[in-house]
Amino acid sequence: MSRHSIKIDVNGTVHAAEVDSRLLLVHFLRETLRLTGTHIGCETSHCGACTVLLDGLPTKSCTVLAVQADQCAVRTVEGMEVNGALNAVQEGFWEKHGLQCGFCTPGMMITACALLEENHRPSELEIREAISGNLCRCTGYVNIVKAIQYAAEKQG
Amino acid sequence: MTTPRTSAKISGLGHSMKRKEDPRFLRGRGNYVDDIQLPGMLHMDIVRSPFAHAKINSIDSTRAMKIPGVLAVITGETLAKYNLHWMPTLMSDTQMVLPTDRVMYQAQEVAAVIATDRYIAADAVEAIEVDYDPLEPVIDAKKAMDPGAPVLRTDKPGKKDNHIFHWEAGDRERTEQAFRDADVVVSQEMYIPRIHVASIETCGCVADFDRVNGKLTVYMTTQAPHAIRTVFALVAGHVGLSEERIRIISPDIGGGFGGKVPVYPGYVIAVAASVVIGKPVKWVEDRMENLQADSFARDYHMKAEMAAKKDGTMTALRIKTLADHGYADAAANPSKYPAGLFSICTGSYDLPTAFTEVDAVYTNKPPGGVAYRCSFRVTEAVHAVERITDVLAQELKMDPAALRMKNFIPVEKFPYRSATGWIYDSGNYPAALELAMETIGYAALRVEQKEKRARGELMGIGISSFTEIVGAGPSKDFDILGIKMFDSCELRVHPTGKVIARFGTKSQGQGHETTYAQIVAEELGIPAEFIQVEEGDTDTAPYGLGTYASRSTPTAGAAGAMAARKIRDKAKKIAAHLLECAEGDLEWEPGVFSVKGAPQRKKTIQEIAFAAYTNHPQGMEAGLEAVSYYDPPNLTFPFGSYICVVDIDRGTGMVKIRRFLAVDDCGTIINPMIVDGQIHGGLSMGMAPALMEEISYDESGNIQGGSFMDYLVPTSMETPSWETAKTITPSPHHPFGAKGVGESATVGAPPAIVNAVVDALAHLGVRHVEIPITPERLWNILREKGVAE
Repeated sequence: MSRHSIKIDVNGTVHAAEVDSRLLLVHFLRETLRLTGTHIGCETSHCGACTVLLDGLPTKSCTVLAVQADQCAVRTVEGMEVNGALNAVQEGFWEKHGLQCGFCTPGMMITACALLEENHRPSELEIREAISGNLCRCTGYVNIVKAIQYAAEKQG
Repeated sequence: MTTPRTSAKISGLGHSMKRKEDPRFLRGRGNYVDDIQLPGMLHMDIVRSPFAHAKINSIDSTRAMKIPGVLAVITGETLAKYNLHWMPTLMSDTQMVLPTDRVMYQAQEVAAVIATDRYIAADAVEAIEVDYDPLEPVIDAKKAMDPGAPVLRTDKPGKKDNHIFHWEAGDRERTEQAFRDADVVVSQEMYIPRIHVASIETCGCVADFDRVNGKLTVYMTTQAPHAIRTVFALVAGHVGLSEERIRIISPDIGGGFGGKVPVYPGYVIAVAASVVIGKPVKWVEDRMENLQADSFARDYHMKAEMAAKKDGTMTALRIKTLADHGYADAAANPSKYPAGLFSICTGSYDLPTAFTEVDAVYTNKPPGGVAYRCSFRVTEAVHAVERITDVLAQELKMDPAALRMKNFIPVEKFPYRSATGWIYDSGNYPAALELAMETIGYAALRVEQKEKRARGELMGIGISSFTEIVGAGPSKDFDILGIKMFDSCELRVHPTGKVIARFGTKSQGQGHETTYAQIVAEELGIPAEFIQVEEGDTDTAPYGLGTYASRSTPTAGAAGAMAARKIRDKAKKIAAHLLECAEGDLEWEPGVFSVKGAPQRKKTIQEIAFAAYTNHPQGMEAGLEAVSYYDPPNLTFPFGSYICVVDIDRGTGMVKIRRFLAVDDCGTIINPMIVDGQIHGGLSMGMAPALMEEISYDESGNIQGGSFMDYLVPTSMETPSWETAKTITPSPHHPFGAKGVGESATVGAPPAIVNAVVDALAHLGVRHVEIPITPERLWNILREKGVAE
């Protein structure tokens, strides 16, 4: 197994590490950096619990190797707060009861952030399409949609 | 909706308080099992069987043990040395932890690897060579009792067939007589397929045995930590694990739905490995292991029959069921109810007589029979009665709403004794259906349907007026492995009037940290924000049977109210002491005792709490604490009426749920926002098996729905925007009238959807469609009826 030196910017801090070539990005985040907000639900790219922003794009970190993220910027749920306060998406999820068990929530919110950066006024269908790669078993999605609408309005 | 009695500052019952647990989840600071990383922790991975039924000739771990970082390979032979290779199930059957000679289902655990790293453990799994001789499997439950079928449980002395149990309820003779006397009899076979809860967090644990102190701590994805501790003590007592030195911690749980009630072999192997090696061992299954090996739900082959008079008056119900339990009866039911509470099958109707029987068989499939977000086997029962009711309506050419209205249990008959012996606590079924029909515009939808039908368009309207049975349960009838199904709360009011409240249940997303705080806030007038709720640590929480079957509010929630009332009683004595008056002169409003007729003479609960530690009356013990172990006098019976409107695409067979309105009645509502959230989630898990989810097996026993590629959990695109409404009929026996709500929608939704689809096709002569109603299944029906495009 070959080892690789990588440098990844995670939530604004550059982390240099020596990793095995097969180490998954999600394990690098969770086990090497101990940022456990990014979850693992399927390891096959279906559930979206592991979604992070990789250079701004929502990406399922269970099927990306850490070495593929070398020289990239990663944003996780731990990097969502702004000056110690919940950002609009986090606030929307709280206000609108957009989470129950909380396991899909970080991936769902990251996807929502990416959507709102591209589209400030998404329709309900656009929201549903955007989060269609993130499974939630608890909420039936109704309040997740409302949470993202809340965030869109709040961000203006 | 009734007005809350407390202010928003106190946030007792009826307030849509934002959830107290959310800030940590929103920041990614939840603490789930896989987030736990202990010093020196090892990783476990599992070798699984490729065959449904096979003899194991040998397990060769030579290559695996040569991989640097592999510490041990554990097999059935290893565990047999400690007599830990078999374990009891919750239904007092037995199942293998690891096999010594035979595997009984595909994906069964065969051996476990312990390594320093999860990647190395996975490498070792690949390097273990197992030599099997495949055996003939029993896959079709209907053939399990055939004379020539292989007998699966040869480990049981004298076992000569694959029959597990026969169970029945109701009056067989009277029901048969009613069928003989009936004007009309309808009959329908229906299959409720095997499905899987598929919570987004899979199952796992970190077992940490401290050799010095002899203490075992297990962080575990469990819905019932206390019961698990006792099971571990009973199963492993002979190897020195003593209950006071077992600590089960159920941290944040990423969804349970019943799938985290059983003890899976992986947990036991991890515990054994930690005890033997003396280091923490983590095991977290992957999604395929979760879907392929963990407990399934449903798998009931039912034949429902209903007898009626010509005018539509129902006279009898009969249901015969064949239950496929896999290779062990590892269902999660109360001991006396091997088929759960299936005898709720008379539903919302005033049936003079009913009879139901269930026969369960062994097959070469994973063991189980867990809930999938429903009280014990209630979804199957509701499906049967709500479907056969529509079949009867079709036979009689009656409107399904009118047929239901005609047969509902009249309001004045509550408490109502059902034909199978349950005492329904309260209900107002016509009110729920009327509200549903009015809100959705039922009459107008029927007109629209007629017009569309004339144009050849397929539109259907389906109703389900279900009655649930939850809150198990009264200790005279309900136990699991002998432990009575009470639940508990321990309250401590601190000197400054703040509270810690501990419960025997365990939230998996239901929001207990908020709703339990609201219950205590209602009773004590202390703001819910200052009531810290804790659950899931057996070293600190009082004993309880856990969270499943919508039992938390009916049992532990009730215990919370009762413990708070004990505190209020003591607070009243202290208030009388402080105000120098008789207790009888005091009156209570949330948070304040005042003297009748002199409201300026008062003491707040905070002042009283302080006095309990600083100025308590002579002869009274200091402190302000209480414990309640609540044994409910009866179950609770939430109900509702759901109306579903579907449009069917004649080109693809796709069912589009255009509207779905759920009118629920769960008695007194603690937090309306959370109740709606529970309904939304429940509806989605009702739609899922109705339209998408199924785990099936081919003839060799190969699983067909073993990954998220094949097992279709609904996304935001398939899930409609659910509509909800409420009626409120409090439970007369619950301390504050609540009934439980987590599962109503999962139970009530599937027949509403199926009834809508059948309704759309009724004019073509379709009387029933099996679930899941996939586009393929429906398109084939459309083609057969000559209407496919």
